[in-house]
Amino acid sequence: MATHNIKHALFSAIITLIISFPIMGLDLESAGTSIKLTGASTFTLVSIVLAAIVVFLFQTFRDNIMTALGQMPKLNRFADRAPMPQEKRLKLENIFLMVLVVGALLWPFIASRGSVDLATLVLIYVMLALGLNVVVGLAGLLDLGYVAFYAVGAYTFALLSQYFGVSFWVALPTGALFAALFGFLLGFPVLRLRGDYLAIVTLGFGEIIRILLNNWTSLTGGPNGIGGIPDPTLFGMEFGRRVKDEGNISFHDFFGIAYDSTHKIIFLYLIALVLALITFLIIRRLMKMPVGRSWEALREDEIAARSLGLSRTGVKLSAFTIGAFFAGFAGTVFASKQGFISPESFVFLESAIILAIVVLGGMGSQFGVILAAIAVTILPELAREFSEYRMLIFGAAMVLMMVWRPQGLLPMRRIHITLNKQE
Amino acid sequence: MLEVRNLSMRFGGLLAVDQVSLDVQEHEIVSIIGPNGAGKTTVFNCMSGFYSPTGGQILFEGKEIQGTPDYKISRMGMVRTFQHVRLFGKMSVVENLLVAQHRHLNTNLLSGLIKTPDYRERERKSLDRAAYWLNRVGLLDLANRDAGNLAYGQQRRLEIARCMVTEPKLLMLDEPAAGLNPAETRELNELIISLKEDYRVSVVLIEHDMSLVMEISDRINVINQGRPLASGTPEEIRRNDDVIKAYLGEA
Repeated sequence: MATHNIKHALFSAIITLIISFPIMGLDLESAGTSIKLTGASTFTLVSIVLAAIVVFLFQTFRDNIMTALGQMPKLNRFADRAPMPQEKRLKLENIFLMVLVVGALLWPFIASRGSVDLATLVLIYVMLALGLNVVVGLAGLLDLGYVAFYAVGAYTFALLSQYFGVSFWVALPTGALFAALFGFLLGFPVLRLRGDYLAIVTLGFGEIIRILLNNWTSLTGGPNGIGGIPDPTLFGMEFGRRVKDEGNISFHDFFGIAYDSTHKIIFLYLIALVLALITFLIIRRLMKMPVGRSWEALREDEIAARSLGLSRTGVKLSAFTIGAFFAGFAGTVFASKQGFISPESFVFLESAIILAIVVLGGMGSQFGVILAAIAVTILPELAREFSEYRMLIFGAAMVLMMVWRPQGLLPMRRIHITLNKQE
Repeated sequence: MLEVRNLSMRFGGLLAVDQVSLDVQEHEIVSIIGPNGAGKTTVFNCMSGFYSPTGGQILFEGKEIQGTPDYKISRMGMVRTFQHVRLFGKMSVVENLLVAQHRHLNTNLLSGLIKTPDYRERERKSLDRAAYWLNRVGLLDLANRDAGNLAYGQQRRLEIARCMVTEPKLLMLDEPAAGLNPAETRELNELIISLKEDYRVSVVLIEHDMSLVMEISDRINVINQGRPLASGTPEEIRRNDDVIKAYLGEA
């Protein structure tokens, strides 16, 4: 046992040394007849050796360390508690939701301008993650190109406003419906595919949309993007210092208060909050409806679902379309928030982050997904002082999460259904 | 009500089912038996629309259904179970039964989102039907367990209940007694007879457990190596020399 451990540990340590070679940018140069190591200071070299030693020690005593860690959860007093009864849990969840909403409503009036702006972004990610949760968490369809629908929503608004002067409130449903249409159209060819194959096709679709936006210069402006996307208005009141449209009145004039640029940010935040709440409530309702149950049934066992009269096409299409619909929602808000969009905002990394949110939160669990959306958006901001290491920390946090809590932050719980007892 | 005429199914060079015919009358239990690998399940898969047969006809209530998609066949009232239990493991027991009633529920998204009275009524009915069948198969107390956590025999019963809530006309059971102990087999026996007597469904049964087959079948079809070997009442089958040879080998 011990010799096996040491062998394995040696191997791991050597791998560490080899990997650190390209990562830390080391290079071998020939100087005359000998070879010289360049590109690293003594400090880096020492840390690499130290890292290799740490890996070696950890792997050697791996069993002891893991047993010690295994006892850690006992420190958590809640670990062995029986799950709460359903009613109490639902009540708690509702209270939690209420507190969350009230807190979110008050937030813009106590927080700084920057943090309100960040909170708007968080809400956009909440919408995206809730939408993707339908596709991945409930229907079990791995979608790696989800950002495409987000882009469709954003560009629909941008193009409509640029060419037809359409306002935010008209563009909001239009963008969402347009994204849903794209989801529907993509759904058809990919329905037969499962698992990995589906992931690759959706990945391709995401890239196609981005490349199309990038290259269709005459329509979308290509990499230059589209600017001047209007802000939302409140019953025709604008939030700019000067009114852009004839006949409109500005918000500060109407109420006779001084112009303040934060008004607009707060208003946008509140819109995002309401939309995120609507998304949450609609999807929560859908989950309890036959549609929601058939998504899960198809994820659990496709053959059994079909044998009970569920049409695979219909069920998958509905999941794809509804997921895309909410991405379109989020896209429209995003376009309005930024005022400028370009294909750069819709790269694959976005899809990956949204997927990470869903997985971290717990597949199918709405509260978990919201929590994860908040964490994933805010953590990199908080970790700003670590500058270039922040993505490293982010990655490490995800790896640790998946090791210790593979089911996600708040895994999905089934809702108990009380039945009338038969006599 | 169901008639299978000269059904053939070829997989590449392998003729898995060759010219099999059988018929099921209303209110009747028909068994298909045969040694392992005889093609019984393939016949089932053709009947339930999982395979499109390469030859022959399948008529259900006078309509040709060979090649019709599986979910449409199930909506016509022909529902099946599987040789290896296929439940929705992570969903609760009731939810398994609710999914099965999907086509009885209003599929209109809007009426569900705003909870129209009509929708509530349907939902209540499907819950009642689920409760009724859970009670019938003795799983009412386990209604909110995850289906995947049930004992094997319970899973088997749940699978039958899940078929029954769809109110089928014809039930196809693929080895329902596999893996059950003698007591459970006896219960299953009674359940199947009661399905026929009390709920007026016809049953097609694939089974290896001869005591079960002989006891409850009205008629039996024997298949050997994809070809029909014999058919008749249990009494006739018991005395058929070909069948005895196929099962016991020639002396």
